[in-house]
Amino acid sequence: MVGVSSETIKGEIEKLEGELPESILRELQNSLIRVSKERAITKEQLKEIIDGVKQAYYKAMVEPGEAVGTVAAQSIGEPGTQMTLRTFHYAGVAELNVTLGLPRLIEIIDARKTPSAALMTIYLKEPYAKSKEKARAFAQKVELTTVEDVALQTEVDLINSVFIITLDRSRLQRRDLTPSKIADILREIPKVDITVDGYKLRLKPESASLTELRRLVTRVRTTPLRGVKGITRVVVKMEGDEYVVYTEGSNLAEILMMPEVDATRTTTNNIHEIESVLGIEAARNAIINEAVKTLEEQGLDVDIRHIMLVADMMTATGEVSQVGRHGVSGEKASVLARASFEITTKHLLDACVHGESDRLDGIIENVIAGQPIPIGTGMVELVMRREESGAK
Amino acid sequence: MPEEFQVGRHVLVPKHEILPKEKAEELLKKYNITPYQLPLIKSSDPAVKEIGGKPGDVIKITRNSPTAGKAVVYRYVIEG
Repeated sequence: MVGVSSETIKGEIEKLEGELPESILRELQNSLIRVSKERAITKEQLKEIIDGVKQAYYKAMVEPGEAVGTVAAQSIGEPGTQMTLRTFHYAGVAELNVTLGLPRLIEIIDARKTPSAALMTIYLKEPYAKSKEKARAFAQKVELTTVEDVALQTEVDLINSVFIITLDRSRLQRRDLTPSKIADILREIPKVDITVDGYKLRLKPESASLTELRRLVTRVRTTPLRGVKGITRVVVKMEGDEYVVYTEGSNLAEILMMPEVDATRTTTNNIHEIESVLGIEAARNAIINEAVKTLEEQGLDVDIRHIMLVADMMTATGEVSQVGRHGVSGEKASVLARASFEITTKHLLDACVHGESDRLDGIIENVIAGQPIPIGTGMVELVMRREESGAK
Repeated sequence: MPEEFQVGRHVLVPKHEILPKEKAEELLKKYNITPYQLPLIKSSDPAVKEIGGKPGDVIKITRNSPTAGKAVVYRYVIEG
């Protein structure tokens, strides 16, 4: 008995493209070819196997009318009860402040504009990723350094109306800065006379007024000397065979433009930032990744399909919207569905003012109205063709 | 100078293509829906801007799905 060749198997599998998902086809093809090498598979057997797989796939599919949203909510909600309620945790190796557990999950689902602990993972291009020194140098370049960070002390001489900054030598060295470099940066501030005296900088405003001096002091203290806006702490870590830079604080748009950065992999945990820089589809992926990461870290095993559904709903309008009254739930078409969730009176009043009507085709509306809900068998309606049945 | 940053090359961004008008109509007919019943995407979306999508276009997105391998979805471009 001669079995089918690998080519016939590939051909048969190709015919199924578009009918079954790619991952199943690939797996099926690989195992068929593997088995066919050990023993012959006849044409009939091949057909039987393929039909069996097809049947199993259709059986596993969600049926029309199944309440996938409710199932997703329960599947994420139940393990959520076992998560830590603690907000902060210093995550072992990287020594970076990250939000974990339930607070983080809520942050993702609520689509908060700024996460409580913004975090970037910056991957570097070839020469920088392999050398510790180069990665360090880059990290230094992005870390935001202000005058305050390198000053040993600052004093205001009110008699001469001079602002004196004493710089810390070791801190300057560590950051590869010199007093004259700092003076150059500070010269951008208009109407100030700067003199460098060893490690002392004397700043004298042109007008000797006290308010002018005060304004100068606050401005100089927070003047960025180097670094990227928003990035407050930087940690270089070896990961696999490359150095990766982790930052506290996030500024995706600017970091991605830097020549040292691998702009294809660098990410942030701020979903809104990803949305504005990389688009809504990237935001959807980020929501999934972040949610899965948060759940996995807590040792919870939630099927990714539930999370994908949530991410799909959150991004369906073209922008990231939260699951709540300002987002997914608040945008429902039905007045009664919206009113039954939160802020009932507002929705009912608005609906009255605008003369809204409710088509009663959702679930909540029909629960309120005391009718069968359009789920499962409730989805089906019977339509009788009177001519055909002969009735009048 | 840093080379021009391309949104489409980022790992988080799946492949976006503009669906030809005939194909888009076919799609709407197949599912018996209006364009607004599709998930939406803004015309200001970086990924749409890169391929030059205009409001009214249908974008075909080929996602790398952890469950299905490849998954094709469509989004309707709206102004914004």
